[in-house]
Amino acid sequence: MSLTADDPPISTTAERAAITHTAGAKPGPEWAIVARGLTREYDMGGEIVRALQGVDIAIRRNEYVAIMGPSGSGKSTLMNLIGCLDTPDSGEYWLSGTLVSEMSDDELAHVRNKEIGFVFQTFNLLPRATALQNVELPLVYAGLPANERKERAMEALSRVQLGERVNHRPNELSGGQRQRVAIARALVNRPAILLADEPTGNLDSKTSEEIMRVFGALSTEGQTVIMVTHESDIAAHARRVIVLRDGKVETDDRRERFAERLNNGGAAVTG
Amino acid sequence: MSILEAFRLALEQLRVQKLKSFFTLVGVMVGVTFLIAVVSVVEGMGNYMEHDLVGKLMAVNSFEVRSRPSISVGDLDEMTRDAYRRRPRLMDSDTSTIIEALPPGFKHAALSAGNVTISSKYAARPKPVELRSVTPSYFEMKNLSVTNGRVLTEQDDAMNTPVAVVGQDVVDHFFPGVDPVGRELRIGPLSYTVVGVAEKQGSTFGFSLDKFVIVPYGSQAKNLTNRVRGELDAVMVQGPNEQVLPDAQEQVRQAMRTRRKLHPGQDDNFSIESQNSALEFWNKLKGYLVVAGIVLPTVGLVVGAIVIMNIMLVAVAERTREIGIRKSLGARRRDILLQFLMEAATLSTVGAALGVLLGALLALLVSAATPLPTSVAPWSVIVAVVVGAGVGIVAGVYPASRAALLDPIAALRSD
Repeated sequence: MSLTADDPPISTTAERAAITHTAGAKPGPEWAIVARGLTREYDMGGEIVRALQGVDIAIRRNEYVAIMGPSGSGKSTLMNLIGCLDTPDSGEYWLSGTLVSEMSDDELAHVRNKEIGFVFQTFNLLPRATALQNVELPLVYAGLPANERKERAMEALSRVQLGERVNHRPNELSGGQRQRVAIARALVNRPAILLADEPTGNLDSKTSEEIMRVFGALSTEGQTVIMVTHESDIAAHARRVIVLRDGKVETDDRRERFAERLNNGGAAVTG
Repeated sequence: MSILEAFRLALEQLRVQKLKSFFTLVGVMVGVTFLIAVVSVVEGMGNYMEHDLVGKLMAVNSFEVRSRPSISVGDLDEMTRDAYRRRPRLMDSDTSTIIEALPPGFKHAALSAGNVTISSKYAARPKPVELRSVTPSYFEMKNLSVTNGRVLTEQDDAMNTPVAVVGQDVVDHFFPGVDPVGRELRIGPLSYTVVGVAEKQGSTFGFSLDKFVIVPYGSQAKNLTNRVRGELDAVMVQGPNEQVLPDAQEQVRQAMRTRRKLHPGQDDNFSIESQNSALEFWNKLKGYLVVAGIVLPTVGLVVGAIVIMNIMLVAVAERTREIGIRKSLGARRRDILLQFLMEAATLSTVGAALGVLLGALLALLVSAATPLPTSVAPWSVIVAVVVGAGVGIVAGVYPASRAALLDPIAALRSD
């Protein structure tokens, strides 16, 4: 693990190291995510796959982080843990000051609803629902009344410049528009983190840039963004890049240093 | 997610898959159709039997003493039939015992009946018609009046006059186009004079109640229906109200037992038939119908439940991705469970509602096409809808819980 001392303004690595190595301590409110020694194993037909082998990560509020790594590096597993779709076998995971690594399925569902906004590679919109209905979904599970749902969904859609196409179904929208609907859906419940899994994987490069601009704008507005990708040029949009390899954090650095290393030929990170 | 939200979602699902949904709910629909139709027939017949028919077959607040029951359900076994055959005949001499046992205020009449060939010179062909030989109080007890002519009188009874009161069907057949009063009617070989035409009684289950000839009890025609001299079919007894009947029946029974010299352990060798025993016949019949009314819909509902369960399992498999998406957005297990349960329940409730409509239509058809009276019972509609929803919920539990327990990661990965 290579931690360098000068890492402002995101957070200093010393700070990160301190927070990730104080087991059991509740992180302060400035920390969106603190993961300490996360491990996760899978039984794949008798063979034990150690997907995560002790991952320490600390991410402050308002950070824009890319998680990279080749396939098999454990980045999908890490994303599932960060997104509260799964729980670690050991280690602590604090999300917005709440210890979620010990939660039950229904508690996790509640956390996903309130704290996480997912953006997927394949958009994962409900095909029969309109853009508006798709964006309203998290609010349905939050128990909001219909009129308030509509109002907030409309607001989220106009944030991603889709205020005009709210009654279109996904098959009537372009790939970029679909992903923007998904982003609106992710944002509608004002989550602590926007968690994107290969958000540009199904988009052409022009549309990818368009989506990256949306992410950049959201980050500027103060939204914490975590993006899992295997494309370095997409990762380069983030301000910080965490590289996983063999279930461990290999590097965790500012974008500039990541780019530097990439140019110096140490670029064997893509999967 | 609220129940209303789940219901809205279920309706939406129904709307986008109209044909598939329709086939899914056919089973429940057929089941409920049968339920409504059978219950309507039972209900309609029940109303008719209890309020209408018994009054026509028997006099109000009355019972009859007979040698053996005149109404029975199904085939009697050999032993019962033998026992009935060995019973002593009911004789005129029994009548006074019965009359003496009656409390004051009771009326009574003697009755013998049987089919006899009737002819008249106005009709080409003779026809068998029910001949009733009665004492005059019969008319008052049965509340039977005439539309033309007169009823039988005490004088007819005393003189055994060969006169007859006839039903409307007899007039139609034997006196077409002529006034029957004062004309000759041949009962077997005997010549009678028509003195009255009874008011129309209508029909029951397609059988006319107007095919009869009534003559004085002591007149010669009675020998055509009862070959043994002094034998009669029934002594009819009518009380002033319903409450006094059981006591009177018991007194008559004891008097008859004494007269017949029966030991305490022996069964009655005569029968007392009341409206209740007439209704008993109906109740037994109703029992069979109710069994049919339970079995037929049950088959439909079981088939319906299996179909719904299968379709819901397919739906859960097809929509695994959707379930994953919903879970990733914060749907709890119970939200997914509710969604699919509601879908199954809505499907089957819509099926039940269609079944209610079809069943009511079928009931209407039955009463239009057959003499069976029908009436859709409000409770059966409620039962049908509740049962329909219940079937959906029962059938939906397994698929819905499978959906609810899906792992969100695996579900999101499926396509």
